[in-house]
Amino acid sequence: MRVGIIGIGMTAFRPATPEYNWKELMFEAASRAYADAGVDPRSDVDSFLTCAEDYYEGFGIFDEFVPDQLGAALRPTCTVSGDGLQGLANAFMQIETGLVDVAVVEAHSKASDIVTLEGVIEHALDPVWNKPLGAHPFVIAGLEADAYLRATKTPRKALAAVVQKNRRNALKNPLAAYAAKLEMDEVLSSEERFAPLRSLDIANPADGCVVLVLGSETAATKLHANPVWIRGVGWASDSPSLETRDWAGGEYARLAAAMAYRLAKIRRPSTEIDLAEVDDRFSFKELLHLEAIGLAKKGEAGKRALRGDYGADGSLPVNVSGGSLGCGNVFEATGLHRAAEVALQLRGDAGIHQVDGVQVGVAQSWRFVPSATGAVAVLGVGR
Amino acid sequence: MTARISRWPGIELTAADLHEGKVTQTRFRPDAKYAWSAGEAMSRFLEELQNGRLIARTCRKCARVLFPPRMFCEECFRPTDAWTYIRDTGTIETFSISYLDTDARRIPEPILVGVVSLDGASPKMGMMHYFGGMTKDEIRIGMRVKAVWKPKEERRGSVLDILGFRPLGEGES
Repeated sequence: MRVGIIGIGMTAFRPATPEYNWKELMFEAASRAYADAGVDPRSDVDSFLTCAEDYYEGFGIFDEFVPDQLGAALRPTCTVSGDGLQGLANAFMQIETGLVDVAVVEAHSKASDIVTLEGVIEHALDPVWNKPLGAHPFVIAGLEADAYLRATKTPRKALAAVVQKNRRNALKNPLAAYAAKLEMDEVLSSEERFAPLRSLDIANPADGCVVLVLGSETAATKLHANPVWIRGVGWASDSPSLETRDWAGGEYARLAAAMAYRLAKIRRPSTEIDLAEVDDRFSFKELLHLEAIGLAKKGEAGKRALRGDYGADGSLPVNVSGGSLGCGNVFEATGLHRAAEVALQLRGDAGIHQVDGVQVGVAQSWRFVPSATGAVAVLGVGR
Repeated sequence: MTARISRWPGIELTAADLHEGKVTQTRFRPDAKYAWSAGEAMSRFLEELQNGRLIARTCRKCARVLFPPRMFCEECFRPTDAWTYIRDTGTIETFSISYLDTDARRIPEPILVGVVSLDGASPKMGMMHYFGGMTKDEIRIGMRVKAVWKPKEERRGSVLDILGFRPLGEGES
C-alpha cells in the first residue's frame, strides 16, 4: 500500500515567538495542514503523533499537553521522543498496518522558552564518562568537523560555501528566520567557536511548528488529494560512545539512507534523486551527510559545494529552503520541516524558491549534538 | 515479600557514607532554566488575575464558555470568538485531603485541595485550588465556594493571586 503526504502546514520560523505559547504555535501549523489536506481533524484523522523531547519543552510527559491544539482530544495520540522524521516513519508504519487511514505528524521548537540552551543540551552527555569534563556540548561538533575535514581533505573554504549558499537561499523563503547575503570573507573570519567551526558555521535556534497529514492511497483518493508519496523511510543510530563512533563518515546517515533506498527501490541515488534537504545545523554536516547518503562520492562534496553544484540552479539543489543555517535550528522539528520542504517542491508549491522539474527528493535528519542518530525519507510524485 | 526479609545481603550504606565520600559517585546539577511564553490567552488571563477578575473565551459554534481561556476550541477545532468575564464563585467538583507534603512528610493540618466548577463558565470548566475556612469534616462535593484573593498590591499575575476558596456564605454572591 502506498502512503502519501496529503497536507502540509508550517508556521514561520522566528528567533523568538513571545506572542504565542507552544499550543498556539501548534494550532496555527495544524490549522494550515488540515486546510491544505481538506480534512476535519475531529472526524477524518485516525491517529496523531507528535515529536517532542521533554527536556526541550521544560516539563515532563509532554504527550499529555498535545491533544487540544491538534484537534486530537479523545482520539489516539502518541509521542515519539525523537526527530520529526522518526515521527514520520512511525506514522507511515501505522498506515501500512491498515489500522489507520489518515495520520497526523507534528513537531515543533519553542527554543526561545529555554533560558539555558547549552545546559539542556549538555544534559544529554553520558553522566559518568563525559559530563564531568564540563566542556561545551558543541565541542563534539568541532571534533566531528575536524575529523571530517582531515579524512576527506575537504578545504575549510567549502564550509563557508555551504553557509553562504544556505543563508542566501533563505532570502527566497518567506518562512526563514536567518536569511542573509554574506560575503565569503565574513564567514571565514567570523568568531572562532569550536575549531574548525566559527560562529557562522552554527545554525541559530528558532521557534516554529510543522504539521503533516499522511494518508493511505485509498484515503488520498477519497479526499481528492494531490499526494507526495513516501517511497521509503529509514533510521539508524551509531554508538552513543564518543570514543567508538564513526567520526568522519556519518554512519547513522548511511545506514538510514540504505534502509530508505531499499524500500524506495533506489539503486543509484546520485542519478535518481533530483533534490535534497539534509541536516546542516553545523555547516560541515551538509557535506558529511551528502556523502553518507550517497549523493556525493567520499571527499567530493566540498569540491562540488565550491563549484556551486548544490545551488538552487546546480546539478543537485541542496537545502533550497535555506536549511537550518537559513531557517534556524528548530530542534525536533528539523527533519519534519525538511520533509515538508521537499514535499512542497515536488508538488510545485514552493513559491519563489521552486526548483523546476523535480520528481524525487530526499529529506535527511540528524538528532543534533551529542547524538549519532538520523533518519531519511525518500519522497516522490507521479509513477 | 520485603516483610519476610530481616537482613538484606551486602553492605548497608548510610547518608553519612555518601557525604563523606566513602562511596564512588558522580554529581551533576543540570543547568536547565526555562521562561515559557504564556501566549495570547494565558497572558490576558494572568493580567486579569491582578485585577481580581477571571476571564474566559467563548466558542460560538459549541456555545461554550471556555475557562481557563484558550485561543482555540478543542471540541470544534476552530479559533475561539470573544473574551468574557466569569464569576469567582463556584461548586466543588472533586476534592482530596492531603496528609503528606510534597516531600512525603506527614503534616499536622491536612491540606484540602480540589477542583471548582466556576459560575459563568461551561460545565466542567474551572480551576484546581486549595480550600480554607472549612475543616476536612465539613468539605463536601457540591459545596458552594468563593475565591479568597490576595490584597491587590501583592498580586503578581499567578494562580496564587487567589489564596484559595472558602465556603460561600448564606445569601452571598
